[in-house]
Amino acid sequence: MTQNENTTTAIVRMEKVNKHFGSLHVLKDIDLAVMPGEVVVIIGASGSGKSTLIRCINGLEEFQSGHIEVDGNELTPHGKSGRALQKIRTEVGMVFQQFNLFPHLSVRDNVTLAPMKVRGWSQEDAMETAERLLERVGISDQADKYPTQLSGGQQQRVALARALAMEPRLMLFDEPTSALDPEMIGEVLDAMRELAREGMTMIIVTHEMGFAREVADRVIYVHQGEIAEEAAPETIFDSPTDERTRSFLSRVLKH
Amino acid sequence: MDVTFQFDWAAAFSSIPHLLPGVPWTLLISFGGLAIGFVIGIIFGLMRISPLFWLRLPAIFYIEVFRGTPILVQVLFIFYGLPQILGEPINALTAGIAAIAVNSGAYISEVVRGGVQSIERGQREASLSLGLSRTQAFRYVIWPQALRRMIPPLGNQAIISIKDTSLFSVIGVGELVRQGQIYIATTFTAMEVYLMVAMLYLAITWTLSILLRQLERRGLVGQ
Repeated sequence: MTQNENTTTAIVRMEKVNKHFGSLHVLKDIDLAVMPGEVVVIIGASGSGKSTLIRCINGLEEFQSGHIEVDGNELTPHGKSGRALQKIRTEVGMVFQQFNLFPHLSVRDNVTLAPMKVRGWSQEDAMETAERLLERVGISDQADKYPTQLSGGQQQRVALARALAMEPRLMLFDEPTSALDPEMIGEVLDAMRELAREGMTMIIVTHEMGFAREVADRVIYVHQGEIAEEAAPETIFDSPTDERTRSFLSRVLKH
Repeated sequence: MDVTFQFDWAAAFSSIPHLLPGVPWTLLISFGGLAIGFVIGIIFGLMRISPLFWLRLPAIFYIEVFRGTPILVQVLFIFYGLPQILGEPINALTAGIAAIAVNSGAYISEVVRGGVQSIERGQREASLSLGLSRTQAFRYVIWPQALRRMIPPLGNQAIISIKDTSLFSVIGVGELVRQGQIYIATTFTAMEVYLMVAMLYLAITWTLSILLRQLERRGLVGQ
């Protein structure tokens, strides 16, 4: 699917987005459209701006110029989006590198909090959804435990269930496996793989190149705040056209 | 000059019934003051970290003034100074409670600020990303966690305030030290009586420490 013919139906559309941290130009004229059901993987070196890019989509980062539209809601520069931002956050789920589970709440309460407080669901409905989602990510037997009693991999799967409980139209993943011990990366990637198979729209920032190649419909390489190259995974990994992409991949794929 | 001193245990123990009436006063002033101080602390502590300058400024001013001046001066100001403006006297109990309230309130404001600021940024980000409003994020996620972290410094402040009430003997409120002074005036057994006064303070603060430790341990579940 090419960008031009489908821009009207894109669930995420970024146009000429620029972000500065003081004198640092973190995002430079970012143009990106993501279609419903598409799995987009963003790769790039640390500090390239890839995390900042997806954090702009749900307003965790402000941007200074350009245009971001998510599911028909428009974000305005300088964080003055108000109601639209609230709507976007209700429809967009996010999984963080550090899980960010609520340590004072049980696993179940972590999952039911937002549906009850934001969507206004009854406790029974929220609990039912929580059970179903925890089952799906393979931790239904841990629902009464507290997050710190779980392994990193289990915590990240709870975080995924928590985000899914809001029935998001789009999921953002910010290096979801970077804080995990190696033996736990697989279980989290499996859960994400399944989600992709079910047709969830996903934007994933990751260093897991094998996973990117396998699940991505499109891979984007970000270099110093710019989208240097975007293409199908086979193209990016096997025959990258941009010299910067080639150099980056030769460094990360070597070992 | 005769320097041999015999500690009179009998005198020490017999003073206790005369000191005990001071205990409820000490407890009333400290816990009454601390309860109000806690409310003040929450309000000014949150104002202190508000993004709005006109809320931050009065909070900074209040904290600096009441943390930066002696509590003895504060209670004298309230008890002897304020009546000049009000045109009527303030009773010693009210003055004592008010002094503990405004003084502990300043310290507790900083405890509240520190507690809230100690919660990792990711907690707020996760809350917002789930669609919670900033108020909901604070109420359901940040505050409950901050409150737990505030237990040790709040306990610390409670112990300090309990001991500070001893200064209020100067305005004649019948707390522990005052009761001791009255008793010593007739028996001249200062050593014995002040030791018992000290023991009674220790009994109160130690009990509080134990209760706080239990509260903290219970609060640690799920951390």
